[in-house]
Formats: sequence, structure tokens, C-alpha cells
Amino acid sequence: MTSEIYTLTVNGNDCQVIDGHPSESLLWVLRERLELSGSKNACEEGECGSCTVLLDGEIVCSCLVLAASAVGREITTIEGLGSGKEISDVQKAFVEAGAVQCGFCTPGLLVTIDQLLNTNPDPDELVVREAISGNLCRCTGYGRILEAVRIASNNRTAQNEEEKSK
Amino acid sequence: MSRVQTSDTAIKGPRIGESALRPDGIPKVKGEFVFSNDLRHPDMLWGGTLRSPHPAARIVSINVTSALKMTGVHAVITSEDLDGMPLYGLEHPDQPVLADGLVRYQGEPVAIVAADHPENVRLALEAIDVEYELIEPLSDPNLAQEAEAIHPDGNLFREIDLTHGNSQEEGEIIVEGTYEVGMQDQAPLGTESGMAIPSEDGGIDLFVSTQWLHADRDQVAACLNLPIEKVRLTLAGVGGAFGAREDISLHIHLCLLAMKTGKPIKMSYSRTESFHGHVHRHPAQMWYRHHAKSDGTLTRIEARLLLDGGAYASTSSAVLANATCFAAGPYRVPSVEIYGAVVRTNNPPCGAMRGFGCVQVCFAHEAQMDKLAIELGMDPVELRLKNALKPGDQIITGQTITGTAPVAEVIETCAQHPISVGSATQQMELPGGAGRTADPKNVVRGEAIAVGFKNLMFSEGFDDFSTASCQLLDGVATITCACAEVGQGFVTLAQQIVREILGVEEVILAPASTANVGSAGSTSASRQTWMSGGAVKSVCEQVRIRVLSRIAESHDLDVESLVIVDGGIASLSSDFSISLKEATAEPIEVEDTYRHLPTHPLNENGQGDAHVSFAFSAHRAVVDVDQELGLVKVVELITSQDVGRVLNPLQLQGQLEGGAAQGLGLAVLEEVNVVDGRILNPSFTDYLLPTSLDMPPLEIAALIEQPEPNAPFGAKGVGEPPAISSTAAIASAVRNATGLDLQRVPIRPADIVFPERSENG
Repeated sequence: MTSEIYTLTVNGNDCQVIDGHPSESLLWVLRERLELSGSKNACEEGECGSCTVLLDGEIVCSCLVLAASAVGREITTIEGLGSGKEISDVQKAFVEAGAVQCGFCTPGLLVTIDQLLNTNPDPDELVVREAISGNLCRCTGYGRILEAVRIASNNRTAQNEEEKSK
Repeated sequence: MSRVQTSDTAIKGPRIGESALRPDGIPKVKGEFVFSNDLRHPDMLWGGTLRSPHPAARIVSINVTSALKMTGVHAVITSEDLDGMPLYGLEHPDQPVLADGLVRYQGEPVAIVAADHPENVRLALEAIDVEYELIEPLSDPNLAQEAEAIHPDGNLFREIDLTHGNSQEEGEIIVEGTYEVGMQDQAPLGTESGMAIPSEDGGIDLFVSTQWLHADRDQVAACLNLPIEKVRLTLAGVGGAFGAREDISLHIHLCLLAMKTGKPIKMSYSRTESFHGHVHRHPAQMWYRHHAKSDGTLTRIEARLLLDGGAYASTSSAVLANATCFAAGPYRVPSVEIYGAVVRTNNPPCGAMRGFGCVQVCFAHEAQMDKLAIELGMDPVELRLKNALKPGDQIITGQTITGTAPVAEVIETCAQHPISVGSATQQMELPGGAGRTADPKNVVRGEAIAVGFKNLMFSEGFDDFSTASCQLLDGVATITCACAEVGQGFVTLAQQIVREILGVEEVILAPASTANVGSAGSTSASRQTWMSGGAVKSVCEQVRIRVLSRIAESHDLDVESLVIVDGGIASLSSDFSISLKEATAEPIEVEDTYRHLPTHPLNENGQGDAHVSFAFSAHRAVVDVDQELGLVKVVELITSQDVGRVLNPLQLQGQLEGGAAQGLGLAVLEEVNVVDGRILNPSFTDYLLPTSLDMPPLEIAALIEQPEPNAPFGAKGVGEPPAISSTAAIASAVRNATGLDLQRVPIRPADIVFPERSENG
């Protein structure tokens, strides 16, 4: 049984989902139907955070969201971070701080951290640890990830202060 | 090689010793890096596996008729359809490709299906009718050696009787203990996945995440009954490994379905299937008796080790060798008697995981050292220093340490490093965290140190090698090596080595594939920096000599006067210079195979020069324990490690932090709970991995840089030691905080709250 054609708004683009099955998760549709495979699938039960995307600006595990229920909402995936070819400050900090090893958890973490810093540009470490505690990483032990957040957050704070002083 | 000079080379891009950044970092942060389960093909089908729900059963019948008739189903394969080798195995082929008449563990593959959609795969798997006749599973490893054989090869994978020194030795002080380590899962975030594509020559191309392409290739070819040149394996993006990918999982199944249907097949395990679909860390039961003089000098160690290998051999034999050889810890012990055995049961198969046999015994020997320190009334650091191995000492296999062994250095620096964490100031920082469950008056703090060591590379006479080639064309170097990049950063290091030696800016890494080059060996045993690093270094040095000789000859110059500088070749004795681009308009290519010095098998007494090199580490843990609820919060970890030489500080730090986190998991969180052969918790909901709230900051007290003789650049592998002494240190700190014995990891809340009731507490 396939569903009617429906449209998802992903990273600002309207994407038609054709021949979808009504039971398909948002993660499945993003990865397999829209070929946006940046969102990852390490557990598919909402425990690992690898599939994290923004739904109307809020972080969700896309494996737990029915794709069809996301019609009419703004979906942002890892492919939508940064502007055009430029990577975002958080993405850059991840590379430079050594926060990437195998990289499987990286997209989900970046979406989570991007949202955190957009709402709280200067979080203390406990806030960061709490914010990313739903994103499992098996390689890094989180040390370099926390460092990347510190770098990005400090850069943003410095930039804001610079702009204020102008 | 004496003519090779590197110090004169001005390098563009980071060289050896600098924090070079990963070449795959940008694609990974953009979500563009293609992992093995991101592969797709317009014509592909999906594959799936029917697994036994029982740990032990006879298969009476399998009926696939209705499954074959279902919508979208292209193929169903059972053991009857196999025409190649029906068994596979990394060290010894004893594991059926598909169960043939008997299942020996819960999750054993029984049939495989290809269909047009994963949902149709699932429905077809449900429609396969298997009649089982249940057998009482052999689930207690203690009974395995006496029980009826559950496999034609018997129930004993290996036993080692290690005797060292004078067996009459007795100590003035004797301490005894029994220890247990639970089954840990590697839990790489990327599950097993890949794609097989049938090729026109009747062969197959397999794109898969693995640790060792060539070992997979050989097993796949045998099981498909194809010559190895018709089976081409290419590394697909790997989402972590930690030992879980050293064995075959879905490789053969993917190829069988692709050959049968003539179409590309994609498979990707779910997390639950992954728990059933790869080997785990061996659970261990260990009895120890330590003898010492009253001044703390160790005189004798006796031990009995029992590892549960589960249903199939995997690497059990080598894991046992490690557990036995390193059972005493990094200490001088004149007299040793150890019996180690690894047995077959109907439990999930066990094999490689980071630390490989050394993790289990480290927990036990360090608990014994603590016990001994208490008995002696001696400081535990002082006791360890007194007995610490040093170069020239023998380990318990009678092998003399000819390389570096800075054991005292790692202990001292780690012990002296100041603790930076203060008392918890917020409820959130107490055990239980955001649950806000802890009453501060029930929280006690403890601190302890532990030391561990491990062999680097493969041991016991294994022909261990890595092959690489380097081509220099138009000033661009291309490295071809089948080393599996699993996240550890070999790709970064390979570029650093090339820049260091050839002074080129642009380094291309060709895909790791069995079609391009010979084996690089396994990405395991902390071996790739040394082995594939050694192979890359060797071919680059030869290319360097060749290019300098070519220019010397064609321009009538003295080769000794030529140096590579600023992307060009210059003469020190004239004003001659030429760009590398121009000098290599005609390519220079060298392929070579690097081997470490030979090792030797253990003799019947477990004695012999079985290992190439050793790496040592120490961890110090500070923990807070809520005695009322039994929750542990590790608040600080400090480490020192013997690294030989730092090649990339940033990547090194990542290995130390990541390894310690896995050690923390084993200490207080992670266990595959197996009851009567069944896994009770095959999911991330029930198998607890450390989160960012569980893992404290890791302070690196010291990186001991004593260049290891014979090691390329003097560097030791660094991946495994962080996962070895961390578990032991945390467990010891919890003992220190609570005063409890705690002879088992992971330490569960009930072990702390109800120590009299817990099995081994």
C-alpha cells in the first residue's frame, strides 16, 4: 500500500515523496526516498541521536517521526547547515578540534549543537553536556566534541561583542 | 636508507608530530561522507537474514515456499543452496554460512532473503517456516569441558598451561581473589552494512565496512567457490569498529544473494540484529593468588582463567593467549603458574574487542595488587612501582623486553598529577545527575590508580605484514594501501608521512580495495600506525631515492648533494633546482611490503618470544558513589601512556579519550546480559553506552615519549591501552569509596546496595 504523493519542506526546498508507505519514518524518507543520507541510523529507536533533525526549529529524532506527519513543517537536516558551499562555524570547529573520528554521530551532533548555540550562544559546560547527552558517540569520549562547542561558542561571543562595540 | 634525509625538507602541510586534520573531516561534518549503509544503486534489492530465536536447536525442516511467492521477493537461500565452503572463520573455519541442521546460538543465520523493499524482506522472513527441536543450551562455560560436544571440533577452543620460574616459590604474604568480567559490546555506531554487485566476469564486487579486507576476501571467495581474483572487496565508509568488524558478518550473505539474483544487494543490520550479528568481548572468570615478600616484592602468581568463547571460534585462541601472557600485569614476577582456557558454549560468539584479552585480566590483576597493598599496609602506588617492569626484564612468558618499557614513568606521572575536580556544587553533578536522586550525605568519594599493558601487532609467529604503494606523478603522491580506515585516523597519518618524506603538498589516498594492492593486515591490535605506517614510510623513502637518483643522473649531479625542499629538488653544491612536478613528469612508483620482526609460538609451558612490542598505560579515577542507590559518577580520569613518539597530538588525544570512555562503560554501565543463551538487552535502550554526562574530562598527565627501537618513527600504537587500565582504575576507585570487594565489572547498582546478595560482590 502506497500513500498519496505528499510534499516535505526540507532545508527550504519542497520535496515530493512519491510511492511512499504511510508507515515510513521521516529518517527513512530522508535517507532512502529523498537521498539525503547525512542523517544517520544507529538505533532507530530514539536512543542515539544520529538521526537528529530540526522540525520547525526543534530537535527531534527523525526515526521517531512519521514522515507524513512532517508535512507543512520546516525540516532542517545536516545538509541544510552552513550556507551554500561554506561550512558553518560549528562544522569548522568540529574538524579543527578533532571532534570527528568515524563521523557516524557527527551529523546528529552538529544539528543538536547548532540548535543549542542558536538559542544559547554561551552555554556553560554542564549545559552543553546535558544538551548533547542524547547523542551517543562511541569514538571520541566526547572530549573533543565539547572542545569544538567551546571554540564555536567563544567565536560567536567574540563576534557578538565586536558587533556591539561597532 | 641512510642517505634519506628528512630534516632539511621544508613541508607544506602538517608533517609528523603535528596535529594534522583529517582529510575526511569536511565531508563528514557536511553529512556527505558515504558510509557503507549510505550506498545505493538504481537497480538494487534489499537483503535480510532470518536468525534462530533459540540458542540451541535442531532444525527439523525449513519451508520457504510461501516466502518465495510473496510480492517483491527475488530469492530465498538456505544452507541447501550453498555450493562453496559451508564454513568460515577468521582463524579457523567452524562457523556455518547458514545453519545446517543445527543452531548453536541465538541469532545464528538460518536463511537469507532478497526483495525490492525492506518491508517485503521483513514479511518474507516472517513467512519462512522453520521447525525447531529445542536442545538444552550449554550456557555455563564452567561445564563446557565436561559436557557433550556441541560442535564437531569440541568444546575447548584452546587451553594454555603457563609455567614460569621456580614453582616452589612461596610468599610471606598471600592474597587471593575471584573476579568476573561481563560481556561487552563494541557498539560501533554504524551497524553492519554493505552492498554486493555481481560483475560481468562472473565475479563479485563487495563494498563493505570492515577491519581487514583481504581476510574477508579470502573467506568470501572460499564460501562462494570463486577464485580470489574474482572477488573484489572495497572498503565502504566505516562507522567505527573496535573489533566488531574483524570477523565476517553479512559479507558472504550479500554476495550469495547478489550471485543468485544477478542484482546489486544492499543489507544493513538494525541495532538489535547487530547485537546478534557480531562477536563480543569475552566474559571472563578469573581466580588469582598473589604471593609477595613482606617488603612488597612479588614472588609468585597463580591464576586460573576461563573465557567464554560462545558458539564459534572467531579469534578466541589469540584472545586467550593475550589473557594468559598478560595475566600478571606489567610487573616482574619470578614464579608464575597460570591455567587459561577458552571454551565453546551456546552463548553469543565472542572475539575481538579493543584490548583483546588484556582488559579482563587487567581488572583482576589490579584488584589483586590493591588487595596486596592493603594486606601489606603499603601505598598501592609504591607497591606497583616496586614491581614495575623495566627494559631488560622478563615478562611471564620468559620473553625479555628489548624495547622501551616506561612502566614506572606512567605510574609516577599519573599518580603525581593533581586532581582538578572539586566537590559537586550542583545536584546535577552528583550520581544520578538530572534525575536529582542523590542525597549528598549518602555520596562518598574514592580514588585509585591502575596500570595495564598489551602487545602491539599480531603475535605467536603470525606472518604479520602490510603492503603499500606510492606513485609520484607531476609532483602529486598517490598512496595505495588496503588499510581499513575505521575512524582511527590512518588517512591523516598516511598523508603526514608522505609530506614528511617527499615534501609534496598534495597526497591522494587511493580507495582501499583488494583489487588495487595486497593485504595491509587488520585494523586491530594497535597495529596500523606501525605496520601500514611502516609500509607507507618505506615506499615513500624508496620513491625519494629514485627521484633524487633520476635527477642526479639526468643532470650529472651528485645524488648526495640533492635535497627536496619547497616542493622541488635543489642541489646543496650548486644553484641547480627543479620542481617536483617537472622531476616526476614520468611517474615513479614503488610497492613494498613491510613486516615487523618475527615472533615465535608459545611452547607447551606458555613460554616464548611471542610478542614484538609492548605498550603501557596508567589511569587514575576519581568517583562519587551514591551508596543508597548504588549509582556511580566518574568525576575525573587522569592518564599517562607510553606512546613511543607522538605523531599527531590531536588524534592521539582522541584515542586516549575514546578508549577511556569505553573502559568507563565496562566499569559501570555496559553489559550484554545473557541468560540461558539469550541476550536480554540487544538495544541501545537497554545496553547503556556512556553519554556526555557519564564521561568526565580526561586529564593527560604525561605522554611518555621514548622512541621504540624498530618502530617506524619510534611510535607505538596507542589505540588499545586507554581501554585497558581505565576499567580497572574506576572499579578500584569505587572499592576505595565504598569499602566493598566488588570483584565483578560492570559494577551494578545492586552490587553496591546489596553486596551480600549480589553474585560476586
